[in-house]
Amino acid sequence: MFVSYKWLQQYVDLTGITAKELADRITKAGIEVESVEVRNKGIQGVVIGHVLEREQHPNADKLSKCLVDIGEGEPVQIICGAPNVAKGQKVAVAKVGAVLPGNFKIKRAKLRGEESNGMICSLQELGVESKLVPKEYADGIFVFPSDAPVGADALELLYLDDEVLELGLTPNRADCLSMIGVAYEVAAILGRSVKLPAIELHENNESVHDYISVRVDAPEDNPLYAGRIVKNVKIGPSPLWMQARLMAAGIRPHNNVVDITNYILLEYGQPLHAFDYDRLGSKEIVVRRAKAGETIETLDDVERTLTEDHLVITNGKEPVALAGVMGGANSEVCDETVNVFIEAAYFNGATIRQAVKDHGLRSESSTRFEKGIDPARTKEALDRAAALMAEYASGEVVGGVVEVNTLTKKEVVVTITLDRINRVLGTTITKEEVGGILTNLQFTFTEDNGTFTIAVPSRRRDIAIEEDIIEEVARLYGYDHLPATLPIGEAKPGKLTPYQAKRRHVRRYLEDAGLFQAITYSLTNEAKATMFALETAQPIRLALPMSEERSVLRQSLVPHLLEAASYNRARQVENVALYEIGSVYLANGENELPNEKERLAGVLTGVWHVHLWQGEKKAVDFYVVKGILDGLFALLGLENRIEYKQAKREHLHPGRTAEILLDHKTIGFVGQLHPNVQKQFDLKETYVFELDLEALLKAEVADIRYTAIPRFPSITRDIALVVDEHIVAGELQKAIIAAGGELLKDVSIFDVYKGDRLPDGKKSLAFSLRYYDPERTLTDEEVTNVHEQVIKAVEQQFGATLRG
Amino acid sequence: MKERLQQLQQEALEKIEQANDLKALNDVRVAYLGKKSPITEVLRGMGALSPEERPIMGALVNDVREAIQRALEAKQATLEQEEVEKKLASEAIDVTLPGRPIRRGNHHPLTRVIEEIEDLFIGMGYTIAEGPEVEQDYYNFEALNLPKGHPARDMQDSFYITEEILLRTHTSPVQARTMEKHEGRGPVKIICPGKVYRRDNDDATHSHQFTQIEGLVVDENVRMSDLKGTLREFARKMFGEDRDIRFRPSFFPFTEPSVEVDVSCANCGGHGCNVCKGTGWIEILGAGMVHPNVLEMAGFDSKKYTGFAFGMGPERIAMLKYGIDDIRHFYQNDIRFLQQFNRV
Repeated sequence: MFVSYKWLQQYVDLTGITAKELADRITKAGIEVESVEVRNKGIQGVVIGHVLEREQHPNADKLSKCLVDIGEGEPVQIICGAPNVAKGQKVAVAKVGAVLPGNFKIKRAKLRGEESNGMICSLQELGVESKLVPKEYADGIFVFPSDAPVGADALELLYLDDEVLELGLTPNRADCLSMIGVAYEVAAILGRSVKLPAIELHENNESVHDYISVRVDAPEDNPLYAGRIVKNVKIGPSPLWMQARLMAAGIRPHNNVVDITNYILLEYGQPLHAFDYDRLGSKEIVVRRAKAGETIETLDDVERTLTEDHLVITNGKEPVALAGVMGGANSEVCDETVNVFIEAAYFNGATIRQAVKDHGLRSESSTRFEKGIDPARTKEALDRAAALMAEYASGEVVGGVVEVNTLTKKEVVVTITLDRINRVLGTTITKEEVGGILTNLQFTFTEDNGTFTIAVPSRRRDIAIEEDIIEEVARLYGYDHLPATLPIGEAKPGKLTPYQAKRRHVRRYLEDAGLFQAITYSLTNEAKATMFALETAQPIRLALPMSEERSVLRQSLVPHLLEAASYNRARQVENVALYEIGSVYLANGENELPNEKERLAGVLTGVWHVHLWQGEKKAVDFYVVKGILDGLFALLGLENRIEYKQAKREHLHPGRTAEILLDHKTIGFVGQLHPNVQKQFDLKETYVFELDLEALLKAEVADIRYTAIPRFPSITRDIALVVDEHIVAGELQKAIIAAGGELLKDVSIFDVYKGDRLPDGKKSLAFSLRYYDPERTLTDEEVTNVHEQVIKAVEQQFGATLRG
Repeated sequence: MKERLQQLQQEALEKIEQANDLKALNDVRVAYLGKKSPITEVLRGMGALSPEERPIMGALVNDVREAIQRALEAKQATLEQEEVEKKLASEAIDVTLPGRPIRRGNHHPLTRVIEEIEDLFIGMGYTIAEGPEVEQDYYNFEALNLPKGHPARDMQDSFYITEEILLRTHTSPVQARTMEKHEGRGPVKIICPGKVYRRDNDDATHSHQFTQIEGLVVDENVRMSDLKGTLREFARKMFGEDRDIRFRPSFFPFTEPSVEVDVSCANCGGHGCNVCKGTGWIEILGAGMVHPNVLEMAGFDSKKYTGFAFGMGPERIAMLKYGIDDIRHFYQNDIRFLQQFNRV
C-alpha cells in the first residue's frame, strides 16, 4: 500500500511530524514502512504557464513556437516539441534557471534559430513513471485544468512535492489497505483524532428500483451486493487533485467515473465497479457461479473461460464482470457513457482467490477482497462514490440503493483483565495506560475494576480474542518498555539424546579423518532419485515441481555428492573428500508419510595424502576409504560386528565393491565408481560409500569396561600362507582367530604377494600372530602347540601351505 | 720421592690436557693410574720408609692420584660433550621445510552455526527435538492456526506431494508434534533445528531448501518478558556481550502477540553502517507468544498455560557472522568455501 503523506493529512493532523518520522513511528508500532519515496526528484522552478499563442516553428516541422504566460512580467517564447501543445492550454513550464530530474538545468537557448526561454514539460520529464501517466498525455505534455492558476507551483498541484510511504502489510492488517484505515492506525499511534470525509449526497426523485434489480444466487460467495444509478454523467478528466493522488498511490488516471471508483477503493478500501448502465443489456443484475465453459472478455481485452469455481456478475443472461477481479469489456465505461451503475459488494475472499489463481489475474480490487474488507463501510463508500460522481461528473444520483444483504452482523466483544495483560506480557502497565491505548485506537470499551469489555470495530477484523487485545496494548505501549526476564519454573538440565550425541561424534571423526561436511539438496530428478539407494521405493514426486531437476525426493545421498565432486572438479579442485548426513525418503502408502531414514554417505577422489619432498604421495583407493570406515566402526564400538563382503552393485566397479554388514545384516556399501558413471559425472577414479546411520547409531553397545594392562610379555609368531588366489584374506583371518583360541590376541596381515615366485593361481598372505596370557608368562612350548593348531586349521579349511 | 710424585702429577695433568679424544685419554689413565704406572711403583717402594714417613707419603700418593683422577673425569666429560655436539651438528635439518600435513575436514558452516545455537540453548535447559521433513498439512499448517484457505498460506508457497502431504515449510510442525506428545502437561522446552523447503527460485538470497531453528517454551506463567530475556541472552552469546535486542510488532498466525527481533549491529555497534543499512539493527528472528489456538489444538489448556516460540534461519546468521554474500554457497559444497570454516 502506497500512502501519500499529503493526502493522509486530510484525515489526520500530521502537524509537527515529518514523513520520515511518521514512517519510523508506524514501523515501531507494527506495520513495516518499507520505503519513503520523495516524489520530487530534484525539481526546481516549474510553474503553471498559459499558452497564449502557438504557431509552427518556421524551420522545423515537429516543433511549435509558443508564447507562454508564466505569471512573471511579459509572456515568454518557448519552443516545444510535444505534438499536443495548443493555444489556450495550461501547462507545466520549467522556467529558465529551473532544474529537472537528473540535475538537468534549463537555460535560455536557440532552437533552429528561434529563441526558447524555458521548457514545457511532460509528466515523465517531471519524474512520473510512464505507466502512471494518463494515456492521452502519454506521448506529449500534460494539460492542466483551465482553472489552474498561472505562475503557481506545478509540483504542488501534481503532488510531486509529496512523500509516499510504502507499507509492507502482513495479512492480518488488511484494514490498512485504505487511507482511512491507515488514518486510524496513525491516529492511534500519535494519539490524535480521525476526520472522516463528509458525504453530501443529493438524490433525485426517481427510484433506483425502476432502473435495476439485483438477485444473488450465491449468497455464500456474495453476502452483500449494493448498487446505485448515477444518470447523465459527463465523462471527462477527474479533478487534478484526484489524478495527482491516484498517481501518488500508483494508479493511472483514466476518466472521472473510473477515477472515482479507484479513489474510493483507496480511500475506503472498498472496491467498486462502474458499469455503463445502457450497455448492461438488461435491467437486472444476477450474481451467480459461472457455468463451466462460459466465457467473458475482461477489461484487459482477454477472453477468459470460466468454471463453476468462479463467481460472475451477469445481466441475467451473460457475465458482465468476473466478480471482485475485473469488469467485462461489454459493459465498460467509455467516453460515450451517460448512465452509470455503481456496484459496491462484499465477496468471499476464498472465492476471489480461486479466480485470481485460475486466471493469473490480480487487481487492486481482488487483493482487497482476498484479504477481507469491512462490510460496514460498503454502503458508505457507495454513497461517497455517487456523491463524487455528481460533483465531478455532473451526474444525477437516482434515489435509493438496490441491495441484497444476507450478512449476519456479529459484533466482536472481548473481555480481558488488566492482570491477564500484565501476566502474559510480564509488565506492570496500569489500567489508565490500557484505557488510553484503547481510546487512541478508537475502540469502545468499559472498564470495571480492572476488567475491560471492548467492542471491536468492524474495520479491525484481525481482533477477536484476548491475545489480540494484548498485542494491541503491547505494540502501542511499546516493546522497548518490555522488561527482559528469564523463565521461572522447574529447571531441568538440557542435553542431547544418545543418538544426537553419537551423530556429533561421527561428524567430528569424519572431519578429523579428512572429510568435509557437505549439505546437498533433497530434491533431485527421477533418474538420480534411486541411483545407489540401499533400499528403493516408489519415487515420491512433487505435485508441482519448479523444474524436473528438483522434482523427486532422493533415496540416496550419493548422486548429489557426486555432483558436488564434479562441481569442484570443474573448478580445478581435483582432490575432493566429502561426507553428508541427511535423510532419504522411502514412500509408504498413498497419503501416508514416507519413511525418512538418516544416511551417512561420502565421496572421495584424487590425491589423498601428499608430502612430496619426503617422497610421499598417495591417491585415494579402496583401502583409504575402508580405513576411514573401519575407524568409524571402532569409534562406535562396532568393529568386531562389522563384515565386508565382496559385492556387485549397480553403478559400482564389479571387482572393487563391498557390502558392509553389521551383525550379519547389510547396512551399507563402499566401492569404486563404475567407469561409465564416472564418465557421466565427469570424474576421475572416485570412491563412494553410503551407510544406514540409524542402524549404526542405534546398535546396542556395552559401556567401556577397563581391562588390566598386560603385565606379562607376549610372544609373536609370523606365518606366510600360500593359498588359491580366490581365497579372501578376511576368511583366512577369521579361521586363524577361531583356531587360535583364548591365547591369540592379535592377528595382522603384513604382506600380500602374487607373482613369479609362486605357482600360477596362487598367492601368499603373511600374518603376524601375537599370543598372550594375562595371568602368566607363556612358555615357548605352549605357544608352539597353539600355533600348530592354527596352521593345521588353515591347511584343512583352505588348503593353505606354509611358504618356505 | 716427594719431588718425583709432584713431577709425575705435573706430567699426567699435561698429558690429560693434550689428549684430544677418548682413546688418548684412556691411554693417559692406564699410564698413570694403571697397575704398572710409576705412581703404583712409588707405592710399592713405601715399605722402605720409616713408620713416621709412611702415612705422610701415603696421603701424598692419594692426593696425587685423586688430582689425576679428577682431571681425567673432567677431560672425559668435555670430550664426550664435544663428541655429542659433533654428532648433533652433523644431524642438523632445515626446520623451515614443511611438516607432514595432517588432512583435516570440518563442519559445514550451517552445522557450525546450528551446533553453536543448540549448545547455547542446551545450557539453558532445552532439549533438541527433531521431526519429519515430509509432513502432513495438518502439522505444517492447520495445527499452527493456518486453516485451509488462510490468507497467510500465501506467504509460504509450498512443495505439495499430495493435497495432505508436503515438504515442511518451517520446523514449527515439530513444535506441534512435541506439544501433542506432552498430552497437555508442561513444561515443554525445546529447540527444533532442521531442513525446510519453499517454492522459491534459487538466487543470491533465496533457496528452495534451507534450514531453520525454532524454539518453544510452554509452561504455566511463561511471559513475553521471558522471551525478551531469553533472546537477549542468545544474541549476546551468539554475537557478543555488548549486543542488545529490540522487538518490532509483526504477524505470524501461530503467535499472538508476534514480533520480529532485531539485534544491534555488531559491525558498527548500532550507529548505522552498510551492513545494517544505516539502521543500527539487524533482523534475525521472528517470535511471539504461542497462539491459544495452537496450544488448544495440541491439547494444552490456554487459560492455564502460556508459551513463547521463536524461529531463525541459520543461513542468515551464518551470512551475518561470516560475511557470506550468496545463499547458494551453502549448497554448492565448493571445497574452497567449506574449508574456510576450519578453525576455532
